Amino acid sequence: MRDEPCDGRIVIVGASLAGLRAAEQLRKEGFSGSLTLIGDEPQPPYDRPPLSKQVLLGMVSAGQTGLPQRGDLDAQWRLGVRAVGVDPIEKRVLLADGAEVPFDRLLIATGTRARPWPNPAEAALDGVFTLRTSDEARRLAERLDAGPRRVLVIGAGFTGSEIASACRERGLAVTVAERGPAPLVGALGGTLGALAAKLQRAHGVDLRCGVTVTALEGNGRLTGAQFSDGTRIDADVAVVALGAVRNTEWLAESGLAAGPRGVTCDAGCRAFNMYGIVTDDVFAAGDVARFPHPLFEYQLLSLEHWGNAVAQAEVAAHNMVNPGPRRIPHLSVPAFWSSQFGLNIKSVGVPTFSDQVVIAQGSLKDARLVAVYGYRGRVTAAVSVNQAKSLEYYERLIETAAPFPPAPGAADRIESPAPVPSDVPDPKMLSHGPTVALTGHLPDRRLTVVHPAH
Amino acid sequence: MASDTLFQRITDYAHRADPYPLYAELRESRVARQEDGSYLVGTYHEIEALLHDPRISSDRRNRTVPDETEGGTEGLPPAFIGLDDPEHHRLRGLAMRSFGPPHTPGRIDAMHGEITRIVKDLLTGLRDKDRIDVVDDFAYPLPVTVICRLLGVPIEDEPRFRQWSDAIVAGIAPGPDEDPVERQRAATEARKTMALYLGGLAEKRRDRPSDDMLSAFVGGDSTDGQLTQLEIMTTSVLLLIAGHETTVNLITNGMLTLLRHPDQLARLRSDPSLMPRAVEELLRYEPPVQMLPQRTPLADIEVAGITIPKGVPLILMLAAGNRDPERFHDPDRFDPDRGDNLHLGFGSGIHSCFGAPLARLEAQIALNALLQHLDAPRLTEDPPPYRRSPVLRGPRHLLVERGA
Repeated sequence: MRDEPCDGRIVIVGASLAGLRAAEQLRKEGFSGSLTLIGDEPQPPYDRPPLSKQVLLGMVSAGQTGLPQRGDLDAQWRLGVRAVGVDPIEKRVLLADGAEVPFDRLLIATGTRARPWPNPAEAALDGVFTLRTSDEARRLAERLDAGPRRVLVIGAGFTGSEIASACRERGLAVTVAERGPAPLVGALGGTLGALAAKLQRAHGVDLRCGVTVTALEGNGRLTGAQFSDGTRIDADVAVVALGAVRNTEWLAESGLAAGPRGVTCDAGCRAFNMYGIVTDDVFAAGDVARFPHPLFEYQLLSLEHWGNAVAQAEVAAHNMVNPGPRRIPHLSVPAFWSSQFGLNIKSVGVPTFSDQVVIAQGSLKDARLVAVYGYRGRVTAAVSVNQAKSLEYYERLIETAAPFPPAPGAADRIESPAPVPSDVPDPKMLSHGPTVALTGHLPDRRLTVVHPAH
Repeated sequence: MASDTLFQRITDYAHRADPYPLYAELRESRVARQEDGSYLVGTYHEIEALLHDPRISSDRRNRTVPDETEGGTEGLPPAFIGLDDPEHHRLRGLAMRSFGPPHTPGRIDAMHGEITRIVKDLLTGLRDKDRIDVVDDFAYPLPVTVICRLLGVPIEDEPRFRQWSDAIVAGIAPGPDEDPVERQRAATEARKTMALYLGGLAEKRRDRPSDDMLSAFVGGDSTDGQLTQLEIMTTSVLLLIAGHETTVNLITNGMLTLLRHPDQLARLRSDPSLMPRAVEELLRYEPPVQMLPQRTPLADIEVAGITIPKGVPLILMLAAGNRDPERFHDPDRFDPDRGDNLHLGFGSGIHSCFGAPLARLEAQIALNALLQHLDAPRLTEDPPPYRRSPVLRGPRHLLVERGA
């Protein structure tokens, strides 16, 4: 560690929300050294939440979601070039164009990309899209403008559901194929999943649950899809919304604990190396980072949330320019939101870290409610539907590990059902066990592989 | 006076001009139980938490001991400000439909020109006066005219509903030296009379609709539900009163504060673009709504280590929270440049002020125009005489002389 943490060279790889906010925070905290941001997309940082909402609705163009920059960053921007490696000894980031960028401290904020359709030939059909980048949103919006006869959305998580909602709002015929029993069930569990299913169908979505898409058909252009239940549909647009892949491949030979689950770091955003030794010059933030969270039994969480990217980037930046005793942990309670089918959904905590759920306010019937999630008798999450104003209250319950179910007394608790199973994947599996928890590598790539070959 | 409880001292008219030392005293105890069983909360974080706590009711009927400010069985049902969700949400949503987003997002913004014209007319009438009363000549007639146009109430009827409004406001929070029973009777009576008057106006709109809120209340499609005649009456009474009894204080408190800070006054006068932030600071520094007197816990609730029992009167002192040094740096300083200014001037949570965008716009236009109109203004009396209400606090008169 340098004596003067406020000068030297800081390189940030990843020029999206986390990278930008970290850069701003570094300057705000008095970092006066050289600052370089590297991003593989050619355009300056932009906001992603509108891409699956306002952009698809045609309310703003994909090029109009640029993030405002707070203050003069005095940074060097290397946009449109991919980082392909890190030399941890010589402390250099290697770029795809052959250039090398030296650093004293490095922030990894490379985020995620859309998980591609697994069959490359089918993925290459004209009409098959993913939605993660501004460019992808622009192309999909153009295709929706052209008025396709039917859109197939593969996957009914938040992105898939928002895309389906936007399509219905535009009057387009939509089929949604979801492997689970209901939309959003992987993130919110069975109770709200059932509500989401009801609303999608009420809005005219051809929702098919418990099925997978076995083939995308077409000859150059997409014409239809086959499902695992033997049925098929005609469709001229398919959007693959099967989640995200963490952008960590470029770190394969860095010696860092980086793998498909992200870059593992400590509560102060310092990356671990593959032996579990914390580094002091490499930090991680945003969707690509996985970090221990005390509210969730120190499980290593990776969160694809806008708010997490901001909060974690600010903590990482602070810790990059402050000596040990002044460093702060990233402890913020996870939170995210979504809007779809007339619903405003907001979440605090980790709904999947639960075994039970109760409707604490409002009712499913009115689609206006707060669902509170508990794990082993304490409150771990709350999700509001069209009723976000009391989420702060539940956030405090989560922070203080308040007992579950929460005490009665809510002014608008018009139903008083008992808690029911939350129907989420086993919360103990969030971290996937200690063998792989730290390194991020899957169990077939153990620590014995010191320099994993490609 | 030493035996008086803190709340009695706060509501005592003698402290109206400067209640802030009492608020500081309140903050020291965070939660202060009063002899009558009510609880006061005056620290920012605690107030903020309670405003978002679903166990806090705004419906007085949830009080264990029925309080004398309740209208009684012969009175009208509460307007949405005194109801909880889901009923509050339904009524507020229906009222908001003709006022703000999502159905009418441009309504308030579109009033910019009209408010400016009203302000100009008022100031033109004062052109030859060397001495004006900011309240009677300006800060009162402006919001009254605006809310009347918005609702669709003839401004000629203003003297009538001013009397009703005075009686209703007097009923919100008593001063200790008056007869509470008689005051409540008068308030209930005034509210009923005003409701009948506004209900009658709304009825007339049914056949001859216009571009005002009363017309929207009686018309409109019924797909999202509709207000009943009784709900139209209680909602329009609320909007008419809240629409002017608060903004008059925001403008007057604002002018008084600026007169007490001549350097800031001069700055704002030379750069009107600074006014929006200055108005935010005024909402923190001298909020027109000093307290929310009608909350009730629906369960025993622990606040700062003290249990507030279910069913007691809970009074949230917004103005005390706004000057909490644990939340705001140097809170007793009026600083229009303050960056971190999440004040409680409009409350927070589900009941956060319905009319906030209108109040902001009116205050910004009004204060900017007043500063341009008055050359080197001088306050003739400091402190000025105050209105009675400790809840909606502001000067009754604010006499200002134009400089030489």
